[in-house]
Amino acid sequence: MLSEYAFWFLSFVAVFSAAGMIFTKNPVYSVLSLIITFFAVAGHYFLLGAQFLAAVHIIVYAGAIMVLFLYVIMMLNLNKLEEEKRNLWSKALGVAAGGILMFVLLAAVQRTDELNSITAGTYNADMGSTQNLGNVLYREFLLPFELASVLFLGAMVGAVYLSKKDLA
Amino acid sequence: MELYHNITINHYLALSAVLFGMGALGILFRRNAIIMFMCIELMLNAVNISLVAFSKMWNHTDAQVFVFFIMVVAAAEVAVGLAILMMLYRNTHTTDTSVLNKLKF
Repeated sequence: MLSEYAFWFLSFVAVFSAAGMIFTKNPVYSVLSLIITFFAVAGHYFLLGAQFLAAVHIIVYAGAIMVLFLYVIMMLNLNKLEEEKRNLWSKALGVAAGGILMFVLLAAVQRTDELNSITAGTYNADMGSTQNLGNVLYREFLLPFELASVLFLGAMVGAVYLSKKDLA
Repeated sequence: MELYHNITINHYLALSAVLFGMGALGILFRRNAIIMFMCIELMLNAVNISLVAFSKMWNHTDAQVFVFFIMVVAAAEVAVGLAILMMLYRNTHTTDTSVLNKLKF
């Protein structure tokens, strides 16, 4: 019962702060709204029994990625309200296209009745725990896990190279 | 199927669809490159929500590992993307993407 209310509460928080992220003029407020959305998403992970992912989500997104965004906004001094040069027509087209995409996705989801006939096995409350995920990650997914470190190395080299002063 | 009290997988798919649609709307609506980046993050998160819901539905951890790797790729993408953004700002003194019209037909 409580988890049902929690679902609706977290969903409204996520959707409204996502709307705030899109429609506020000041980029700093956009970042702060997106952080609220991420906390709501982490709450959803908790509700779904993925405790490890909820913790990692807060650490990685709210702790690292959004701080990086704020840092870039600070360094570029972007918090002044800058009028975007766009005419009303292209804005209206953008809203219409996004709205239609959302509508089509919702209609497709609403028609997936066969999902309701699935009965999964007994629910294992320990499924999303750190121990269980660690076992899966270091056994079945060891190669992708190690390849991720190569990806990070490449991203780090790329970021350092791109931010060199004398580059083009 | 019911994931927990009164909440089915369709609720989560609908939430995921709404968040994804809002991310797409934001990319089409805004011209500020930083905001467009954040909209991409929002779309990745929308997909992550549906993957975690499917993981609970099938009682299987693979989807959660997949979400973990999506987070990894998102972090790498943000590092490179923000470096590109810094370079864009250094060359054009704006983050408005409408100045980047060299490829416009």
